[in-house]
Amino acid sequence: MQRIGVFVCWCGSNIAGTVDVEAVSEALKKEPGVVFSTNYQYMCSQAGQDIIKNAIAEHKLSGIVVCSCSPRMHETTFRKTAAAAGLNPYMVEIANIREQCSWVHKDKLTGTEKAIILGRTAIAKVNLNAPLTPGESPVTKRALVIGGGIAGIQTALDIADAGFEVDIVEKQPTIGGKMAQLDKTFPTLDCAACILTPKMVDVAQHEKIRIFSYSEVESVSGFVGNFTVNIKKKARYVKEDVCTGCGLCTEKCPQKNVPNEFNLGMDNRRAIYIPFAQAVPKVATIDPRYCTMLKTGKCGVCSKVCTAGAIDYKAKDEYIEEKYGAIVVATGYNPISMEKFDEFAYSQSKDVITSLEFERLTNAAGPTAGVLLRPSDHKHPKTIVFVQCVGSRCSGAEKGKEYCSKICCMYTAKHAMLTRDKYPDTDVYVFYIDVRTPGKAFDEFYRRAVEEYGVHYIKGMVGKVSPQGDKLMVQASDLLANKQLHIEADLVVLAAAIEPDASARPLATMLTASMDTNDFFTEAHPKLRPVESPTAGVFLSGTCQGPKDIPETVSQAGAAAAKVIGLLAKDKLTGNPCVAHSNELMCNGCSSCERVCPYGAITYEDKEFRMPDRTTRMRRVAKVNEAVCQGCGACTVACPSGAMDLKGFASAQIMAEVDAICK
Amino acid sequence: MQVTEYKPKIVAFCCNWCSYAGADLAGNNRLAYPAEVKIIRVPCSCRVNPMFILRAFQRGADGVIICGCHPGDCHYTSGNYYTRRRMALLFSMLNYLGIEKERTRVEWVSAAEGAKFAATMNDFVQTVAALGENKRLEDLRCKL
Ligand SMILES: Cc1cc2nc3c(=O)[nH]c(=O)nc-3n(C[C@H](O)[C@H](O)[C@H](O)COP(=O)(O)OP(=O)(O)OC[C@H]3O[C@@H](n4cnc5c(N)ncnc54)[C@H](O)[C@@H]3O)c2cc1C
Ligand code: SF4
Ligand code: SF4
Repeated sequence: MQRIGVFVCWCGSNIAGTVDVEAVSEALKKEPGVVFSTNYQYMCSQAGQDIIKNAIAEHKLSGIVVCSCSPRMHETTFRKTAAAAGLNPYMVEIANIREQCSWVHKDKLTGTEKAIILGRTAIAKVNLNAPLTPGESPVTKRALVIGGGIAGIQTALDIADAGFEVDIVEKQPTIGGKMAQLDKTFPTLDCAACILTPKMVDVAQHEKIRIFSYSEVESVSGFVGNFTVNIKKKARYVKEDVCTGCGLCTEKCPQKNVPNEFNLGMDNRRAIYIPFAQAVPKVATIDPRYCTMLKTGKCGVCSKVCTAGAIDYKAKDEYIEEKYGAIVVATGYNPISMEKFDEFAYSQSKDVITSLEFERLTNAAGPTAGVLLRPSDHKHPKTIVFVQCVGSRCSGAEKGKEYCSKICCMYTAKHAMLTRDKYPDTDVYVFYIDVRTPGKAFDEFYRRAVEEYGVHYIKGMVGKVSPQGDKLMVQASDLLANKQLHIEADLVVLAAAIEPDASARPLATMLTASMDTNDFFTEAHPKLRPVESPTAGVFLSGTCQGPKDIPETVSQAGAAAAKVIGLLAKDKLTGNPCVAHSNELMCNGCSSCERVCPYGAITYEDKEFRMPDRTTRMRRVAKVNEAVCQGCGACTVACPSGAMDLKGFASAQIMAEVDAICK
Repeated sequence: MQVTEYKPKIVAFCCNWCSYAGADLAGNNRLAYPAEVKIIRVPCSCRVNPMFILRAFQRGADGVIICGCHPGDCHYTSGNYYTRRRMALLFSMLNYLGIEKERTRVEWVSAAEGAKFAATMNDFVQTVAALGENKRLEDLRCKL
């Protein structure tokens, strides 16, 4: 039997005005387990807390009920009070007789009656409370960043600058992501490489950062503070620590016809390649799909020309196992495939390109050295049509995405403006559904494209693009003028919607991090915890969480880093003790609980049980990882055998509350 | 002759993050609702076991309401979806047993919806009061 103390607060006249506090503390004296009951003007004040502490000592209380304001207000206060007097803080229950009684009822008799019932309910619960101790687990002071685009780079730099070790896993041979492919960036028009490459160099030189390029995450186990990750370093057939990045091999390799993915296939590279001049790490990689030496055993040119002796045709994939305290997902995005949008003739004409291809065509390091030339005949295009929202905002359609890709209005304005700036004799048309330019200096930027640079913005959709000779016939509607347009264009640029990287879904499964229907990672709370995933210890950075431009990506990357630093700065993690717990004797190992847990907190283990006939039997039982469980209770209801219960909100406790209310 | 007004017994389960806070906000704004409503705090609406609801009716409750975060806003991302599905099943079974549909309800109340909380409770109490006492599942042995 508990020895319960009841403390009724007046809250000045806030409670005492509508509740007869004296009558309440008198009535509650008679409840089972109550050995002491009193009331006081302000329980939360120093004097009020002293009353509680003294009563705990004097009456050897094993549990207390404070009838006061909402637990959201002072539960922590009274828990601390109890702890200071040597009582387990989880032996405290609050009866909310202010927000849910005195403030919403006017009649004193009614208020008093209800306050007594609420007090009685809390007493019924405390009678079944048990002391709880939060679990503790150590923190591995190292972070893993998956994806080395601008998001991953910024997050890694911020974490490393705070003094913690960071590993970046990037699946491409170099870090940099999509930003490395861009030419100039809105809204300021500074060149992407000029602002990105110094950061890439910082990453390479940072003593706290290791880069695993050309690598992928194979498996993840463990939980917040204690992840174990298996990383696969794909064989690049070049010794990373020996290669000087001189690039001689990439000039001598006889296999010349490999589509260059960095230029989106608009020119070719060799079978051994360095993606671009400022690549980090600046190390060559052999593409096994094209290398004749690897395929047939004949060639070996690169090995002959490499003075450093870095080539190793016998290299194998390597696996590295490493421990991390926190994991940041920064896997970014890709433009969607234009396959389903053939009304724009993307597959029929080389001169119908995507916006990312346009970036390469205007980039000084691109296939045309920055001169805007048509991919088909290398002539200057005189009329260019930009089509916005290709695959974005497609409601209910089976092709395309329902969401707005957010960045296309701005980069199309950028492309249109830069074209008119460099080639004033070019006619530039932009077809749009809406122009969306919220953001600092964004609308001003768009207006400059229209007003200063004379770009023709036309509200309406392009219906069809048909190649005719060396021209592209564009059929479109002008909604404002209410007429059909036919434009003879030389180049058509499609602002393709963006979608999460295809590897994000399997990665999410490995991390037990949740995703939305579009495969963007979901945040723990859309407003209040935007850079944390619901899975403790997993954080989100950049476009893997939703479409974003660079400024937004960088701010989110910094925010994710701040959260990681906050976690790694701790030596131990104290958990929430109100977690699920399964009774092994009742559990039948059915997995019902595992399926509903949003955090992947439940695993199984085989345990030996003694049977009544003294034999032993192995049985599979559920086990809750207390560091991962967030205490929602979903599993407790899913469990068909009644094995799963929630500490602090146990079924018996809640039923006792129900009984007390209905008495 | 004096008619004593019939007062239904209402048990309200409120999730800690949204609806319990919504109830607190109703209090802060002094938005009155009938004292028949007694709230039990649970971490998430998905913690509410059908067993608790059966128990309430067995002990003589006249109505049971479960309040949680709006769909998509669950603190635990998906708890309220479980609630929605589980309760739809339970309520139709209870209806079959003679506990009218109107005596059970699931409502989404956010932490910012103090007014909605009070209005919901006013409406629920009125609806239940109109049905009269619930005798269907009450186990009188519990009263001994
Ligand atoms: C045509 C175009 C023009 C743009 N112009 C501008 C502009 O002018 N201004 C502006 O602010 N923004 C612009 N943007 C947007 C900008 O590109 C993005 O905001 C930014 O690149 C997002 O960075 P990120 O790091 O989130 O993603 P990404 O750049 O996509 O980086 C993700 C990285 O993760 C790697 N990765 C993916 N999956 C895995 C995996 N499973 N394991 C390991 N590594 C993985 C990828 O290889 C990549 O390196 C433009 C976008 C487009 C399409
Ligand atoms: S209480 Fe919630 S978080 Fe914890 S194990 Fe059960 S379902 Fe998972
Ligand atoms: S739902 Fe219950 S019985 Fe099934 S595995 Fe989980 S704890 Fe065991």
